[in-house]
Amino acid sequence: MSIFINRDTRVIVQGLTGREGRFHSEQMLAYGTTIVGGVTPGKGGTTELGVPMFDTVGQARNATGADASIIFVPPAGAADAILEAVDAGVPLVVCITEGVPTHDMVRVYEILRHSETRLIGPNCPGLITPGECKMGIMPGHIFKPGIVGMVSRSGTLTYEVAKNLSDRGLGQSTVVGIGGDPIIGTPFIDVMKAFENDPTTEICVLAGEIGGSDEETAAAYIKSMTKPVIGFISGRTAPPGKRMGHAGAIVSGNKGTAQAKVDALEAAGVKVAATTDEVGELVEKTLREKGRLPAAATR
Amino acid sequence: MKIHEFQAKQVLASHGVPIPRGRVATTPDECAAVAAELGGGLCVVKAQVHVGGRGKAGGVKLAKTPDEARQMGSQILGMDIKGLTVHKVLVEEGIAIDKEIYLGMILDRDTKRIVVMVSAEGGMDIEEVAERTPDKIARCTINPALGLTDYQVRHLCFGAGLPKDKVKEIAVFLKALYQAITQSDATLAEINPLVITKDGVLIAADAKMDIDENALYRQKALAALQESEENDPIEEEARRRGLTYVHLDGDIGIIGNGAGLVMTSLDVVAREGGKAANFLDIGGGAKAEVVRNALEVVLLEPKVRGVVINIFGGITRCDEVAKGVIDAAGKLDIKVPVVVRLEGTSVEEGKKLLAESGLNLVPAGSMREAAAKVVELAYAGAR
Repeated sequence: MSIFINRDTRVIVQGLTGREGRFHSEQMLAYGTTIVGGVTPGKGGTTELGVPMFDTVGQARNATGADASIIFVPPAGAADAILEAVDAGVPLVVCITEGVPTHDMVRVYEILRHSETRLIGPNCPGLITPGECKMGIMPGHIFKPGIVGMVSRSGTLTYEVAKNLSDRGLGQSTVVGIGGDPIIGTPFIDVMKAFENDPTTEICVLAGEIGGSDEETAAAYIKSMTKPVIGFISGRTAPPGKRMGHAGAIVSGNKGTAQAKVDALEAAGVKVAATTDEVGELVEKTLREKGRLPAAATR
Repeated sequence: MKIHEFQAKQVLASHGVPIPRGRVATTPDECAAVAAELGGGLCVVKAQVHVGGRGKAGGVKLAKTPDEARQMGSQILGMDIKGLTVHKVLVEEGIAIDKEIYLGMILDRDTKRIVVMVSAEGGMDIEEVAERTPDKIARCTINPALGLTDYQVRHLCFGAGLPKDKVKEIAVFLKALYQAITQSDATLAEINPLVITKDGVLIAADAKMDIDENALYRQKALAALQESEENDPIEEEARRRGLTYVHLDGDIGIIGNGAGLVMTSLDVVAREGGKAANFLDIGGGAKAEVVRNALEVVLLEPKVRGVVINIFGGITRCDEVAKGVIDAAGKLDIKVPVVVRLEGTSVEEGKKLLAESGLNLVPAGSMREAAAKVVELAYAGAR
């Protein structure tokens, strides 16, 4: 088991014929993701990368029975692409696009909150259930199947932690990059709830960063979780008022500081690592104490 | 992206909001000239800098005559407010204030909507009001499909205890503010204070707007107002070269790919006892040229005594990064240690290129090791 995606997930790619879309579709196919269609207006009826193309998401979903869509549409059209997928009833939509105007996301979210669709992103690396399905732009080879559920706001930081886990023989159930923008479809808390209900996941890693209060909100839920959670917060030394790359990563006033997040997580019983290496150490230690350390990690 | 008070006021005026007469001046003589144009009576000279708390810092002064306006202008122009130098002032007609009201709208990440806030206690101390007596601020969120509705306006105005006879007029300001924040892709729009004059007239005495940088591609007029963070030539140069660079006050240069990873690199360097000189994210899929540019920009800060390059290649290829570093190191006469940590896509090719370059580049196996090495080498002999 896993969360959100698995070997049965049938994926369509919105913007498959763009530069990024084509490259990452090739990579996803190579990883073993089942891509059943692509959507580029005007290209319906053709075939790209051995995949049938459609003019609209509705047509693609009807013809292929796809249950997930990944979006590589440029910022100006990304919000519309999300709305199109929601309207077509696609249950899972992953928006990789960076730079979507925030007001566009306000309108998208208003539709999203009354729909059955789960949106991940925008401005995210996507998600991966190692060995089964990759819907994203992450290098697949650094992930290994296993029992650690991981969620993060940032791409390369995810890779850093995941590789550290994999090198220790600590595979992952699913790894989700939720995105670094102020308004995203799936906050930490939703992913933590899914991990709590996933039989494969035995321990969780939450990698947050400065800005907003998503980590604090998740902490309130983590308190009630039965599974152990290891935390990490990036931006401990970032000065207030300076935006650290991600549109969402800014400390304004006394809100969104790293310390507030560390405190909230620790109060919820989360062990918070000071470095990315320490995340792996803490996961290993916690699993050993529970007698649940995977055989691969004891070697 | 921040814009100045006078620019925010012009945006609001284009939505029908009354603002005081006045204009920008850049010299004391110009201040006097504007004051004379305004009739030669009471006027106010206000520093135009991208930072709050101008009034408390002495950046806002009253003048009774054009001569006084010149004097105030010479005091304020060139002044330093929270690290920013004042290059422009706004000279405006004076207003006889009876009441000060706060109207604010912000794009709120928690509710994922625009939140409107209204208070009868506007003015310089609104942040204290928010902190100490939050119940004095009426608020609500706006459904983007409906916009700001009439009942919400009533809820806000009566809830905040605004003068009942002015509610209809204030409603017009709120609706204009909502138009401004949505049509300008602003993440924040404030009128503080909205003044009720002794004659009972309403006027926006001060205004503030921040624009969403993701939307600048469709806000061409506002995009043209972008200024470097006032007086930071390195940030300006980085922007010119298309790099995400934030200038900090330490002495270890930091380059990485991905915001989260670069932020973490800053933290790890701090843990090892160093202090970051900057944040620089080369982004995803960077080619050699981007890396060369990055190294050049980081070294523009003369305080830098060591540089760490921390790359975890996903779509970024480590061999491209290595080529960029080698190119830069070959062209520039780099006097400080450069520690390079490569991991991920094409890592072996990248490491090989660095090793064979014959350049004085220090390899590191992990982020922690890279941070420890750069700190050790940078401060060698200095401590």
